Amino acid sequence: MNWYFLLKSGPDGARSNYPKMKKRFLSLWFRHLTTDWLTLRRPELRDTPFILAAPERNRIIAMAVNPVAELQGITVGMASADAKAMVPEIQVIDDIPGQNYKLLKALGEWCIRYTPLIAIDMPNGLLMDISGCAHLWGSEHDYLKEIVTRLRSKGYDVRGAIADTAGAAWAIARFGRVKPIIEPGAQAEALLTLPPTALRLEPVVLNRLQKLGFYAIKNFITLGRSVLRRRFGSEFMLRLDQALGIEDEPLQLLQPVEPYSERLPCLEPVRTAEAIEIAIKTLLVNLCHRMAGEGKGVRTAILKCYRVDGRIIQTGIGTNQPTHHVIHLFKLFELKISTIEPALGIELFTLDVPKYEDVSSDQEALWSPEGCGLTDTSLAELLDRLANKIGAGNIHRYLPQEHYWPERSFKPAISLKERPATSWRTDRPRPSLLLNKPERIEVMFRIPDYPPSLFIYKNKIHRIEKSDGPERIEREWWIEDGEHRDYYQVEDEEGQRYWLFRLGHYTGDQSKQWFIHGFFA
Amino acid sequence: MHEPKKDIISKLQKDILLWQGFTPPAAGKAKGVGLGPLESAFPNKVFPTGAIHEMLCPDREHTAATAGLISGILSSLMKQGGACLWIGTMRRLFPPATALFNIEPDRMIFIDLQRERDVLWAMEEALKCEGLAAVVAEVREISFMQSRRLQLAVEESKVTGFLLRTDLKKLTTTTCVARWKISPLPSKLDEGLPGIGFPRWQADLQRVRNGTPGSWQLEWAGGQFMPVEENIAAKGIGYEPARVHTGEFMPEETRMAG
Repeated sequence: MNWYFLLKSGPDGARSNYPKMKKRFLSLWFRHLTTDWLTLRRPELRDTPFILAAPERNRIIAMAVNPVAELQGITVGMASADAKAMVPEIQVIDDIPGQNYKLLKALGEWCIRYTPLIAIDMPNGLLMDISGCAHLWGSEHDYLKEIVTRLRSKGYDVRGAIADTAGAAWAIARFGRVKPIIEPGAQAEALLTLPPTALRLEPVVLNRLQKLGFYAIKNFITLGRSVLRRRFGSEFMLRLDQALGIEDEPLQLLQPVEPYSERLPCLEPVRTAEAIEIAIKTLLVNLCHRMAGEGKGVRTAILKCYRVDGRIIQTGIGTNQPTHHVIHLFKLFELKISTIEPALGIELFTLDVPKYEDVSSDQEALWSPEGCGLTDTSLAELLDRLANKIGAGNIHRYLPQEHYWPERSFKPAISLKERPATSWRTDRPRPSLLLNKPERIEVMFRIPDYPPSLFIYKNKIHRIEKSDGPERIEREWWIEDGEHRDYYQVEDEEGQRYWLFRLGHYTGDQSKQWFIHGFFA
Repeated sequence: MHEPKKDIISKLQKDILLWQGFTPPAAGKAKGVGLGPLESAFPNKVFPTGAIHEMLCPDREHTAATAGLISGILSSLMKQGGACLWIGTMRRLFPPATALFNIEPDRMIFIDLQRERDVLWAMEEALKCEGLAAVVAEVREISFMQSRRLQLAVEESKVTGFLLRTDLKKLTTTTCVARWKISPLPSKLDEGLPGIGFPRWQADLQRVRNGTPGSWQLEWAGGQFMPVEENIAAKGIGYEPARVHTGEFMPEETRMAG
């Protein structure tokens, strides 16, 4: 018995390794993608024939043809000189390379409201995995109608088809004459009458098929597999199998799907802050319920709001500790709601979790000791709230560092959990306040190499009553060049205590050597 | 005749304190913050935690002295393992120096902000976080309304807050439980020894809600506050007692206490 009939008699037999859910694919074909876009940009071109042309092998070739020109016999691939000869009033416009990819990407992102799994199908199509999505719009028929009418109302001439396989949907969208929706398992029959081009084959193979007189798929599909493979190569077999559903066809997704992601389409576009709050809460409740069940917690989350006008408003939050606490996460988003501009309305919310971690389920203490330490959840939540409003870069915690140089004696901690590697030094006097940059002072002294007897800082004369020092701190030559500092602790007549230093050794000229660096308690 | 009246008045005063949220410490649980005789200025003779203290820091020298005193208070507040937040726009505090006041500087978290109004927002958020040992914020200006918000936050969470007021021209009435001014005093060493002694401050309590304002001298020695008994002014080291304030704040204080 022939393998094709085997397939026909038992369509499920070939796909028995997918028992769960029937995959369904939708293929969209933008027949005049770039010319439609240009017509939208320049409405005066609507009724004039024009082509988008680009040089190829020293000839100017039509890369895209608008419907008006098409009616007059111009086709893609024609030399622009020929087109001008046929239609004298035709306009030749330079084609922008890569424009169709950009358009498809934008259209694909817009279509994410219908399904999350969308792939770009160069040069002029989109492939969508719509398994389990269509029923939300009623039926596959309504679903397809909705997509196609909305795209057409935007001004794109589009055809769509739904089938069990991406290959079959692709073929029906472009060559189907009967109906756009192929019932599950019926893709083989639907393909029979289509030309071999519908199988997405190489031009060489197509030529060969043409030569042999195979004008439709039904002409060769009844032949043996080994014969076909020998004649047309394995690539041909793969394409055929993909269209029939024997082989799987992985899609190169436009937006990789996050493992933790929630969607909330709105029946009516929402515009008010309360509605956005409700949407965020709903998303978070669903997300956190799932994450709690799997023992995961959010580290970063991104909320995307798809607006009616096609813009996507994106806002993100981050946390210090993995958490699946709805109220806490909502508080973080609450600070961001004011930045979401709904304009004409938001019709879809998605919440992705690009970064998540295992939640360490600490055993909860029966009674909490007084005071929360650094590892306490409430502190981490507080810092999350602060960080999301003012930026995490403004929150500092310091650890000791083994350097004598005062500016380097501490370093910022990376996380709340990081413990000091060495102990804090308390054997030397250090000022309570340290200036970011030492400020120059004018001094007067009686004996060289002694602390000054008075100094002038900010136009105020401080007469020094008591002093201590010097404490020489050498510059770390392996880090930076410069002279050492001789620090003196001094106390003026009012009892105010300062940290002064002389840069380098004593020289006759003291005017540029003395600095104030800190204030003691 | 007089005795029962006195009893009644002291009983009433205690009740009023209770209604205002100053619960007397349970027997044996009274733990101060080591300020010694200064604590007798406060109601029930206990340093009020779970309240907001206002510290006047007109210049850097005063700020340094205040930072020292607060660090000393924090060290006893943080003994239970709590963390502390320090919020400001122009922070100069040198973290390693707090180690000299028995604090582990790595348990302090510094929030450095650009805008003044974010400071009060951050402080309010932080004061709502139960279990923090203390929150210190450097602010130039605070309205009565904003201080009420902070007060409501601490009443809920029992966190102690310190406001460092850097602009004395903008002082207004606030809900703070006390207004302090810490000034540096000349240190004292045993006769004949060179160098500088332990840090010494003049702590003026300019106003205390339900307490008695006054002026004290403190020294941080050997890891704790020590009251300074001797009168330095009498020895003529150029210190003038808090004469500036007495005329200004006393009438208001009597009004508050009454």
